[in-house]
Amino acid sequence: MSCDEKRSNPHAFRNDAAAKVTGRAKYADDLKAHGMVHVVPVYSDEVHAELVSLDVSGAEKMPGVVKVITADDVRRIGGQPTWSYLIPDYRMIVGAGDHIRCNSDVIALVAAETRAQALEAAKRVTSVTKPLPVVLDAEEALKNPPVFLYEDRVFEGKKNNVVNHYKVRHGRGKEALSECDFILEHTFRTQHHEHAYIEPESALCTLRPDGVMEVMGSMQHPFSTRRFVAAILGCPLADVEVRSIPMGGGFGGKDDTAAIVCARAALAARLTHRPAKLTYAREWSMRESYKRHPYILHYKMGVKDGRFYAAEVEIIADAGAYCSATPWVTFRSTAQCCGPYPVPHVHCDVYGVYTNNVFTGAFRGFGSPQVNFAIEELADMAAEKLGISPVEFRRRNMVRQGSITVTGQALSSHEVTLEKAMDAVLAAANIEEKMKKCSHGVPAEGSDELYGVGLAISSRGMSLGGEGADFNSAIINVNFDGSILLEVAVHENGQGAESAFMLIAAKELGCDVKRIRYRMASTSNIPDGGTTVASRGTLMGGGATVIAARNLKEKMASVLCKKLCCAPGEVTFHDDRIWGKDGAVSMSWQEAGDAFYWSKDYPYAFGVFQGGHVSWDEETGQGDAYFTWVYGCQAVELTVNRKTGKVKVLGMTAAHEIGRAINPPMLLGQIYGGMVQGLGYGLQEEMKNEGGRMKTLNFNSYRLFRAADLPEMQAFFLESGDPNSPSGAKGIGEPALELMAPAVANAIASATGERFFQIPVTPERILARFKARAAEAEAKEHGVGKSEPEGT
Amino acid sequence: MSAVTNINGREVAIPDEELEMNLLEWLREVRDLTGAKNGCGIGVCGACTVLVDGKAVRTCRQKVAFIAGKSVVTIEGVSPPEGPLHPLQQAFIDYGAIQCGFCTPGMVMAGLALLARTPHPTRPEIRKALAANLCRCTGYQQIVDAIEAAAGEQKSDT
Ligand code: FES
Ligand code: FES
Repeated sequence: MSCDEKRSNPHAFRNDAAAKVTGRAKYADDLKAHGMVHVVPVYSDEVHAELVSLDVSGAEKMPGVVKVITADDVRRIGGQPTWSYLIPDYRMIVGAGDHIRCNSDVIALVAAETRAQALEAAKRVTSVTKPLPVVLDAEEALKNPPVFLYEDRVFEGKKNNVVNHYKVRHGRGKEALSECDFILEHTFRTQHHEHAYIEPESALCTLRPDGVMEVMGSMQHPFSTRRFVAAILGCPLADVEVRSIPMGGGFGGKDDTAAIVCARAALAARLTHRPAKLTYAREWSMRESYKRHPYILHYKMGVKDGRFYAAEVEIIADAGAYCSATPWVTFRSTAQCCGPYPVPHVHCDVYGVYTNNVFTGAFRGFGSPQVNFAIEELADMAAEKLGISPVEFRRRNMVRQGSITVTGQALSSHEVTLEKAMDAVLAAANIEEKMKKCSHGVPAEGSDELYGVGLAISSRGMSLGGEGADFNSAIINVNFDGSILLEVAVHENGQGAESAFMLIAAKELGCDVKRIRYRMASTSNIPDGGTTVASRGTLMGGGATVIAARNLKEKMASVLCKKLCCAPGEVTFHDDRIWGKDGAVSMSWQEAGDAFYWSKDYPYAFGVFQGGHVSWDEETGQGDAYFTWVYGCQAVELTVNRKTGKVKVLGMTAAHEIGRAINPPMLLGQIYGGMVQGLGYGLQEEMKNEGGRMKTLNFNSYRLFRAADLPEMQAFFLESGDPNSPSGAKGIGEPALELMAPAVANAIASATGERFFQIPVTPERILARFKARAAEAEAKEHGVGKSEPEGT
Repeated sequence: MSAVTNINGREVAIPDEELEMNLLEWLREVRDLTGAKNGCGIGVCGACTVLVDGKAVRTCRQKVAFIAGKSVVTIEGVSPPEGPLHPLQQAFIDYGAIQCGFCTPGMVMAGLALLARTPHPTRPEIRKALAANLCRCTGYQQIVDAIEAAAGEQKSDT
């Protein structure tokens, strides 16, 4: 199935599209409440310091100020200013006596009649601080720490900056390296990567007369938001109701930070007894929101008989000042430390490490883009050394049906379709022919453009895996007039989750999708379904929807069978009606609703989907890391100008296994969007930081790709179903992002003949390499020794 | 004598004290036209785009005085609340050009401005016309598809 028939109308289905295309959709900052106060955060200029004291008296006297809020206010109402879900270390407001641990920390909030007044007053908050040593390099923070971010923290029996440590001990581990024909030893580095959702964080909170704090915010995890809000207010979860409203993009980035923005607004509402709105300026969002973890990846990859045979891996993930989702993110890096290759002997250590950088957390891809960058470059390097094509190397080495992963998991629960995905890309973009035309550093006569193509493949465990309890729920409520309300405990992030669930429910119930209305979700309506991360939305929410629909059909059959003159097991649901045995009699959904009414019963069902079996041994890193997997391949074609280092992207192609396609145009949209985010990750996006102070705070300095810079893309999906997924669908959000950066690095290498071990591969880095080579060549002419420029 | 502007077909008087306000803020907070969004506040994302005398304008970079005596169309004015959608809006829906939707109002306005001056643009022309508008979700591909399709429809109409 391809995107190629773009001339024919694909008729994408989306329940929220009309509202969004007319400007009627209300995002958080589009909402107002009577008497609301405007809240703004107050930052400190420090990177690491003791906050000795705080003076808010000047700010309090400013016109329009309703309240200046500090951590003391949180404690006074019995709340916790410091909280998070894995390690409770996040300072929602840093209090006097505590430490500022990064330049993104907030030390007070100002609530005023207008935003302008709040902003003016915020400038009058002053503080006394005592600077502490700063550590910004994760490797230094791990191995040679000049300072401990958390003085009292002890991990693995000693004081250190370690957030978490995962291991893989597989086969004979690093011992087997000595048996290899050759070893590729390289260090790879990745950057702070910003989610760059176009809508900055925003929240409107109201303390309702019934005592419930109602939260409407731009966040991607209502239940996580509820926990942050309840923590800061010191109240039970039942006293907070988070309602879902349209959100302007998340990509994993609107979990903690967005939840914390909601919590701060709720705090202001609680303390001022007025509705409170807190809307982030882009600069605050970029300064404060968590990023993708920068990684330092040390690989020793041994090749024997043309195969990856043994690996010794050390990965250091910069968690920044707070833990956030670091253990979950690095879990994936651990379980997938050799990418899609079933390396038989692996010794791997992965560390999450505290530094004084901005914190890092969930970001679409979740610990795989960094690893894939390294592994897929290593695959190309191995191919080159073996004198075979990158395609041939991958064919020999990739996971296949029944392969044993580096965690000892047999890939047998589903169809392993990696080769099919790769073949789809090769065929669609004629990659193997194009590989023959690559410049390898030598441009065509009279041209400065170096031509290259590159590809990358991946296998990806779906959903949370061995680190989380994976379950979800859905509610289907048929009204007595036959209209249907559906609600799933997965949040709509803009990817079309609600529409997908409606289509899944309609298919399972054999009814017209128009009969179904998606209910505005609220944390008070449905049990906690976990976060919309790890591409688990369609898999877990869709699974729960199918199960709720099956439960509903069973219930309806038992009540309606008499009227349909058959046994309950003979009732069927199709063509928007409910049928008796062999289609002899049928009734409309409205008649069914009516029949339920007179039976004094409800056509109502709750469905729970529990993710499949997973297991994990902390000591050996062995177990069934994920209950099912997906496979994908992406390729890119580009030129590099040898005078300017500028890269021009000529084409991008992707093929992904997704189980089953629910809403094909939206699925393709996920792939296109993911490819472009991956391209930005590989080529140009980087949060720049000077001494711990972020310098790229808006889209003029943090550059995203624009339509005019991009080529046309091709996307394909493969459907082989999956017995582990009730709906057959798996997911696409993250696989779509995890491949383009390594494909780009490989393409640049095939164009320039130079390997880059650090992303983004910017024109500056490319030029620097060209210059270093030229200098080297010159030195050689003069008889001076050669140096290997690495890591530039 | 206060200034006058036309917004979505209606005459609106602008009190003197509002002339110096930021145009985006004024549209959203004073006029309750929240379709235009604030994505960057510095004129680089296009989420705040409206049409002023038929041209795409980034309102976050303008004062209210800029629209005095001019005619403004915001996303709310592109199609009537009860009526059918504009063909370009329908194409955005059909071609899957909408994900989170935050960039959508600006994209639609940029698309309308393009189709007004170039009724049958090529795909590279469409891409160029969207160069001032950021979308983080879609990779732009289906937005280009939608504008191209709407332009094609225009052709069959005439
Ligand atoms: S908000 Fe105006 S261009 Fe971004
Ligand atoms: S659809 Fe989300 S930014 Fe464009």
